[in-house]
This record gives sequence, structure tokens and C-alpha cells, in this order.
Amino acid sequence: MSNIPADLMFTSSHEWVKDEGDDTVTIGITDHAQELLGDLVFVELPDIGDVIETGGEAGVVESVKAASDIYSPVTGEVIEINEDLVDSPELVNEQPYDNGWIYKIKLSNSSEMDDLLDAEAYSELVESEDH
Amino acid sequence: MTLQKTILNQSHRDLNARMVDFGNWDMPVNYGSQIEEHHAVRKDAGMFDVSHMQAVDLHGYKTRDFLRYLLANDVAKLKTEGKALYSCMLNQDGGVIDDLIVYFMQEDWFRLVVNAGTAEKDIAWLKQHAGSYDVEVRVRDDLAMIAVQGPNAVSKSLPVIGQFAGKAVADGAAELKPFNAVSNEDWFIGRTGYTGEDGFEILMPESEAVSIWQVLIKAGVKPCGLGARDTLRLEAGMNLYGSDMDEETSPLEAGLSWTVALEPEDRDFIGRSALESLKAEGNLRKFTGLILQGRGVLRDHQKIFDGDQQVGEITSGGFSPTLEKAIAFARLSAGSADKLLVDIRGKRLPVEVVKLPFARAGKACY
Repeated sequence: MSNIPADLMFTSSHEWVKDEGDDTVTIGITDHAQELLGDLVFVELPDIGDVIETGGEAGVVESVKAASDIYSPVTGEVIEINEDLVDSPELVNEQPYDNGWIYKIKLSNSSEMDDLLDAEAYSELVESEDH
Repeated sequence: MTLQKTILNQSHRDLNARMVDFGNWDMPVNYGSQIEEHHAVRKDAGMFDVSHMQAVDLHGYKTRDFLRYLLANDVAKLKTEGKALYSCMLNQDGGVIDDLIVYFMQEDWFRLVVNAGTAEKDIAWLKQHAGSYDVEVRVRDDLAMIAVQGPNAVSKSLPVIGQFAGKAVADGAAELKPFNAVSNEDWFIGRTGYTGEDGFEILMPESEAVSIWQVLIKAGVKPCGLGARDTLRLEAGMNLYGSDMDEETSPLEAGLSWTVALEPEDRDFIGRSALESLKAEGNLRKFTGLILQGRGVLRDHQKIFDGDQQVGEITSGGFSPTLEKAIAFARLSAGSADKLLVDIRGKRLPVEVVKLPFARAGKACY
């Protein structure tokens, strides 16, 4: 069973969102997503200053097996990217919720946070996909 | 449709393997980390359940003549018992029905090992042509197959082989030259593989597979999934049926000319006249290696460009753990340049054209 922290919000496309409290959020992919992908070998990051809409492509994670798009869970401007992933994409496998974070966004509309899944709803989703 | 399972299915599940549908077989893609499994085979010893592959025995005193007609490579090269040959089996148009290994067991007995996904059509094709040579086709569904591969595969597996198959087989296996096999009843050990490393492919009675798998783990042989098998064969420059060649592609455009025996000229084999016409026409596409310059991953079917002109596409691509670079096989127009571009999600990135293989015996060699 994969790790699903209770203090994060989630999408059905397996991104996680951490509310940093100042209208900024940190975004990554879930433990379940990295398990499905296997060893990551490349992360294509967005550029700082990009404005990405909800559901828009924010980047790509590529494992030995497959490439998978990262869909932005919320709308906003990219204010920080995790450049450590350029040389160490395996951080996403090892610490998906910590050093494996992917980018930070300044929210355009903080009410979009209400549309995300909480940990309980995301757990149910993962479980239903496993069966 | 229910997936087919090998006898080791529960053993994979007990090891927490990630299972995938692999050509209608429920197979392990990895047991945690594909990259670690890959390195285990390059640096130490790993093993693969390849029981989904199909052994087929051909019996009859005219089996050699039958195979000289059926296969693009010439089994006349097989002069000593146990010797193996890699060959394509072609259709009349010179397209590849399958690639396989044929072993000379006895003058009236040859063994083929064919791909899982093509086994059914292969067997139908064999039976269609076997009749006129009085050759009997025996499908060996009763055998399991484990490939033990890596620089330490032989030393780690020999004592286990001795324990299960007996001292005579183990002694025989210890002396095997590459591409030779030794057998005793339903045990069969070939010094062959699909990784570019030393090792054995072991056929055995299904009833023995679960036990020998467990004992091999205790002997320090790491279970490896089909994911690592794919990156290993890619580095080793070995073709994958269905990706690199198929019924629409001749071996001449799949880097397999070396497996087509056009000498002696009077040997008629299925597909021969089609290959001769293709050769005479010229302008054969070339099959080559590519290395991505910079970051990213090469994948199957990405398009290759020389300037604005598409010159081919990738047939197999992936990430090489040994080189820590993206590598691929590609089929390109005759005469295309050595510095080309690949289209990855709309971006054109430079690739270098290199000779295959990329890596052998643990090291880069392109």
C-alpha cells in the first residue's frame, strides 16, 4: 500500500498539492504514481514564470518504462522549480512528498483548492484502481 | 481474456513483483527497481523467468533438410550435438515470422526456442510445412525456462544445476562454449542469453522450476523482471521481434543480414527469392544505433529527421543504465547522415548515429 499523507490534497491523475499558506502551493506526483512508473530517469520541468491552467501540462516524468505528463492541479504562475531533479530524477522515487517535489505555483484562484481530493478520497481512488 | 501464467507466477507475487500483461502472459516487469536489476546482470548475476517462451522439438530423419528449407540461416553449420544457431523464419515475401534459436540435439532431433507472442502462428507454420518432410512437431508445454545471466551467473548457478540436474549435466554445463548446450532427459542447459552477458538458459521439467528458483535466490542470483531484460538486450544490440522486425520487414533492413545464409547458392529456403530481389533493388534502409545528446528518453516510434526531412523512426528505444544515456535502434533511409534529430513531444533534439551494440560484458563499446 502506498503512502498518502493526510495533510496533502490530490488529483485523480496522481499529483499532490501542498498548501503553503500564502497563496502558494507545492506540487509533485504521489507515491502511488512513482510506484506505477518505476525508476525515473528524466524529469522535464516547467519554466519559472510559466502560467499554467488547471489540467494543463506542467512537465513530464519519464521512467525506464514510460513517459507520463504532469497535469497542473491548479491555475497559477510557476514561481519555483526543483532543479535537483535535473541530475537526480530518482528523488521522485525515493521521497515523492519531500525532496522529490516538482514545482511551486502562485495560485490565481485559491478556491480551486476546494476541487481537489483529500487523502481519504484519494485513497479510495487508488484502491479502486488496484482492483 | 484470462492471462496465461507460468509455473513461477506465485513465486513472482511472493517477491512483490509488479506484474504486467506481456503478450497475454502475466509476467513480472520488475521486483522493485528495474535499474538495480539491470546492474545485477551487468555486474553480478540475475535471473529471468522466460517460461512463456516456447520450446518446440522437431523429430524425424529429414529434420535437417526441413530446417534448411524453413530457416534463413543454414543449419548445415550445426555439426556437433548441442550446437545452437540464431535464425529468422521468413514468409515468402522475406518478412520475418519470428526469430528463434535452433539447437542440434541428434541427427533426427532439433529443438527450437521461439517467442511467446508468436508461438501459436509459429507452430501452425511449422506444421504446415513439416508434413512433406515427415517431421513430427512436438510442443514442449511441459518445460519451464529460467535464464541466469551475468559475469557471475555460471559460477553461482553451477552448484545449483548439479544439485537438481545431476553432476553429469553440471560438469557438461561447466565446459560449454558460448552457443552450445548440454542435456539429460528433460534438463537442458544452453550457454546462451539475451543480455550480452555470460550465462545459461535452463530448460527443465515444470515441476522443478519453483524449487530451483528458490535455491538460485539463496545462491545469490537476483530475480529480474522483463523491464531489465529489455534494457539489457537493447544495450547488447539484440533485436526484439514485433518492435525491430515483423512480417512486413526483411532481416536485411533489421540489422540481421549476418543471420541470412545466401551461400550455398543452391539452398532454397522460404523467402530466399524475395531477399535476392530486395538486395538487387538496392537502397535498403539501414538499421543502426542512436544515442541522444543531452537529457530525455528515446522511445519506440519517435521520428528521426535530417534537417526538415524525416529519414526514419525508432524501432526500440529506452534509457541505458550502463551508459546513463537514452539509446535506441532506428531504421533509416539509405545514405542518411550521422548527425540527426529526434522529435520528442514536438522538440527536435540531436542524436548521434552509432554502431551496435552499445554495451557488452558490463562496459560501453559503441
